[in-house]
Amino acid sequence: MPHDHTHHPDHTEAPSDLELRVKALESLLVEKGLVNPETLDTIIDSYENRIGPRNGAHVVAKAWIDPKFKAGLMNDATAAVAGLGYSGRQGEHLKVVENTDAVHNLVVCTLCSCYPWTLLGLPPVWYKSAPYRSRAVSEPRAVLKEFGTELDADIRIRVWDSTSEVRYLVLPLRPAGTGDWSEKQLQHLVSRNSMIGVEPARSPETAADTSS
Amino acid sequence: MNGGHDLGGKQGLGPIDPEPESQEPVFHREWERRVFALTLATGMLGRWNIDQSRHARERQHPAAYLNNSYYENWLEGVEKLLAESGLLDSDAHSHGLRIPDPAAAEKIMSAAGPSNLDVDKPPAFKIGDSVRLKKIHSEAHTRAPAYAQGSIGKVVSQHGCHVFPDRSAKGNHGGEHLYSVCFQASALWGCDAENFDVLIDLWEPYLQTLDET
Repeated sequence: MPHDHTHHPDHTEAPSDLELRVKALESLLVEKGLVNPETLDTIIDSYENRIGPRNGAHVVAKAWIDPKFKAGLMNDATAAVAGLGYSGRQGEHLKVVENTDAVHNLVVCTLCSCYPWTLLGLPPVWYKSAPYRSRAVSEPRAVLKEFGTELDADIRIRVWDSTSEVRYLVLPLRPAGTGDWSEKQLQHLVSRNSMIGVEPARSPETAADTSS
Repeated sequence: MNGGHDLGGKQGLGPIDPEPESQEPVFHREWERRVFALTLATGMLGRWNIDQSRHARERQHPAAYLNNSYYENWLEGVEKLLAESGLLDSDAHSHGLRIPDPAAAEKIMSAAGPSNLDVDKPPAFKIGDSVRLKKIHSEAHTRAPAYAQGSIGKVVSQHGCHVFPDRSAKGNHGGEHLYSVCFQASALWGCDAENFDVLIDLWEPYLQTLDET
């Protein structure tokens, strides 16, 4: 599918039909007084700079070190994460699904792009793409392989198709060798992809590689 | 409706080709930022709900839906909603609308809108029940994905009553019991499928007991 992976065009380039169409719509809405231009900037700033996967990483790292928090999270995730200050749109009904040595969870929305915005921000392009949405429910092992994730044959895969307003977050397995790590240190191991279920959390070794 | 958006199990769509997580921006183009913000800001006017918004994106030729990038489908949707609502026919003042300023918008975004409702009727199914997802071949909006229709699964949890999308997309607010139903891959894809489970959230009107036909 023709997903647009390129960045903002050079300023000397003429605007595309699509850019003109969006500009025309925005001008019309502003002219009619139906949107406040400053509100548009606030919305963009919220989702581009303030709400993102660091929220989810905080939740996961805390669940790894705090059994009481984890018990509350598994029982009522919406309330547990609200206690950390995370609530809002596309996070009204949260459910956390836990990976174990026997079960691996994977989240998809085959009908659109439902995703726990309050904890992960807006979904990546691949999550919204036709190939992921079609294949996650029919060949999850092949999908995982495309992310470099190979699971043992005896691990049961559970795919959660987000058809309702319930939003799913995967609690990945805590990486080995992190027994004495603090919550803050552990947060760096919690990738966005691990909370969707397409990858495991980073190992201490990979984290060291990517930060250097 | 089972348009271009109803993608579970469709074949021939190619590899996923994910961008590396560390290098992926939230938006790839300025116009995507604008479409996202315009969609949320006009949604805050309260003239349509999330199900109407989804249905507006779905009501396209499947080839167009699949050819469009994600935010192009959002643009199609918001243009359609604005045209159909009549909002563009006059200005905000004559509609009697309060247009959220940045502070009001922040409040709306953080307060959000839960979809659970109290409904005064007992659930028809309980955890452990075997149920069949009905065949629902309707052009109206539904959240019963085509790939699981006709298949048998097991109720694994109850979420209480939630706004029922099929009626909500027609502007009627009302709740129905919502369940997580677990389908074995073989029930969806035949006995040659890999062995795994697919869990789908399904409302009570979508489901039937195995002795119903």
